[in-house]
Amino acid sequence: MSNMLEIRWHGRGGQGAKTASLLLAEAAFDTGKYIQGFPEYGPERMGAPITAYNRISDDVITIHSNIYEPDYVVVVDETLIDVVDVAAGAKDTGAIIINSEKEPTDFADKIPNYKGKIYTIDAKKISLETLGRYFPNTPMLGAVVKISGVMPEDTFVEAMEKSFNHKFKTKPTVIAPNMEAVKRALKEVKG
Amino acid sequence: MGKRDKLSGNEAVAIAMRQINPGVVAAFPITPSTEVPQYFASFVNDGLVDTEFIPVESEHSAMSASIAASAAGVRTMTATSSNGLSYMYEMLYIASMSRTPVILNCVNRTVSGPLNIHCDHGDSMGARDSGWIQVYSETNQEAYDNLIIGTKVAEDPSVMLPFMNCYDGFITSHSVENIELIDDSDVKKFVGEYEPAHALLKNTCAFGPFDSQLYYYEHKRHQAEGMKNAKAAIIKYSKEFEKITGRKYNLFEEYKLDDAEIALVIIGSSAGTAKFVANRLRDKGIKAGVLKIRAFRPFPFDEIGAVLKNLKAIAVMDKCTSLNDAGGPLFLEVRSALFDQPLHPHTVNYLYGLGGRDVKAGDLESVYMDLIKIIETGETGNVHRYLGLVE
Amino acid sequence: MAVDKEKWIVDPLTPWQETTPGGLIPTGGNAKYYITGGWRANHPVFDTEKCKDCRLCFPVCPDSSILIDKETNKMSGIDYEHCKGCGICANTCPFGALTMEEGGQP
Repeated sequence: MSNMLEIRWHGRGGQGAKTASLLLAEAAFDTGKYIQGFPEYGPERMGAPITAYNRISDDVITIHSNIYEPDYVVVVDETLIDVVDVAAGAKDTGAIIINSEKEPTDFADKIPNYKGKIYTIDAKKISLETLGRYFPNTPMLGAVVKISGVMPEDTFVEAMEKSFNHKFKTKPTVIAPNMEAVKRALKEVKG
Repeated sequence: MGKRDKLSGNEAVAIAMRQINPGVVAAFPITPSTEVPQYFASFVNDGLVDTEFIPVESEHSAMSASIAASAAGVRTMTATSSNGLSYMYEMLYIASMSRTPVILNCVNRTVSGPLNIHCDHGDSMGARDSGWIQVYSETNQEAYDNLIIGTKVAEDPSVMLPFMNCYDGFITSHSVENIELIDDSDVKKFVGEYEPAHALLKNTCAFGPFDSQLYYYEHKRHQAEGMKNAKAAIIKYSKEFEKITGRKYNLFEEYKLDDAEIALVIIGSSAGTAKFVANRLRDKGIKAGVLKIRAFRPFPFDEIGAVLKNLKAIAVMDKCTSLNDAGGPLFLEVRSALFDQPLHPHTVNYLYGLGGRDVKAGDLESVYMDLIKIIETGETGNVHRYLGLVE
Repeated sequence: MAVDKEKWIVDPLTPWQETTPGGLIPTGGNAKYYITGGWRANHPVFDTEKCKDCRLCFPVCPDSSILIDKETNKMSGIDYEHCKGCGICANTCPFGALTMEEGGQP
């Protein structure tokens, strides 16, 4: 199972990290992959740090545990970096993707032991400008697809469109802004 | 043909229930099983099933209503976890003794206390001698498949016993994985209609009479025969199921056991992790295997003994503490099954994954390493071991 | 040690193979074959002269042993095969039409 990709999401309760992990699983599934998407359930409330996981593979995935050596780490809320060791076990060959308006180099000191790449994306700005509200998970999803290369970008865009069409069947006006957020994320991730 | 999909375990089980379209579903919510009746209630609301859904006020009532509905002559299902199952206890025995083939989805969660909502097998293992058939799943696919197969097993005239479809809370119930769904019409054809020989709405009869000293023992023996027959029924309906899905099931799964020298005997989602580890060890030339329990009740006593006897060292993994200073339930039965065999491999017991403690690949690899050490030294050492415990 | 499959009377200590699952009784009303009249120490006596056919005795009898004549639809006597001699009927009757007498048999 050398081609298995493992992703760990760090967010705060209510920010949609769990939903983002499930959306990523869904998009990867649509490209024919074997997937797992699951949160680590704890006594979480709004604002409490939470973790969610993805495994994506070309082969059947039998392992059922949390992820301790992720290829990619997605930080949905940059303030978590002060409270959670987001780089714990993260592979040097992968990357950490942070939702921040700052530059990746600004985080070098905060995650000193990590030797892989650091990327940032201003998901807040994208979300506010496209959706008019702060839903960071859609832009973060675009960023992780771009950086990990887990699937071709156009396949991902198609899968998201299909998913939004289904999910927002009753409010079609939000489909285009969500798609805009996905596409901007693919372009605006910095690293 | 089946449909490829991605679903959580609870979603998959609720869909199987929709496809089976039982006459009555009576349930009370408790984490992590709540989603099963929740999704199912939406199917009822949307008119996708014609089930009578009874939102009862407790698990005790859920099981009471289920027994009565089943005695009335309709297919009956429910779901629960943990303390919810505890609260059903009195009625679990009534269900099995009344020979009402109620189906219960037990989404495994430890029993408080201390208060904990996460997975271990303490809830269903506590009910292991209540006369229910118990089948455990590794994946959401198996939870879905086992519910469909189990419906037929429970209702087989030679069995007529309630069926507990057990799968791991959160790890299976709330994780989204790939799954292949069977066409609605194929499920419908597979399960057919429930036609009990006796039912309150079908012919005049009485369930659950007072049973004196002159009768009780014989009726218990009759019940034991049903459990014995369940073994053949599980094999029979699994074979029929394989014909429509291609998915092969048996009383247990032998994973690379043919030439194995060391093996883990394990139940539920962690069996998948054990397979992952066994493969990694096989790459290094270590002859590792896995025996995954599917049917725990009836327990495949002779079959397991026969399969394990040629190994050199075995670790029996209990995701449930018995607090008896003698070993977990799986261990005691597996080691007992080996007693009548000509060869007795070293057999040790590991307690693991209690209260949702994550079971890592590295943890299970360390167990295989312990088994290698046992073979090298020839010493079984401490039989009762703790895995992943901070000490 | 046998099973009468017409009346569904299962004798005590019947081999388990011949019993029904869970002790299920696959028929209705077969309790009437179980004669409990022998349990009586005292027995009720019915006086047709005093009876006003108010039928207060009927609902209070725990053993359904107050007989009603199907043709006249009137209280007609006691089912001594099943009456256990509890005396509730005699205690309830406002007209003294039911009285208890010593001995099990009338």
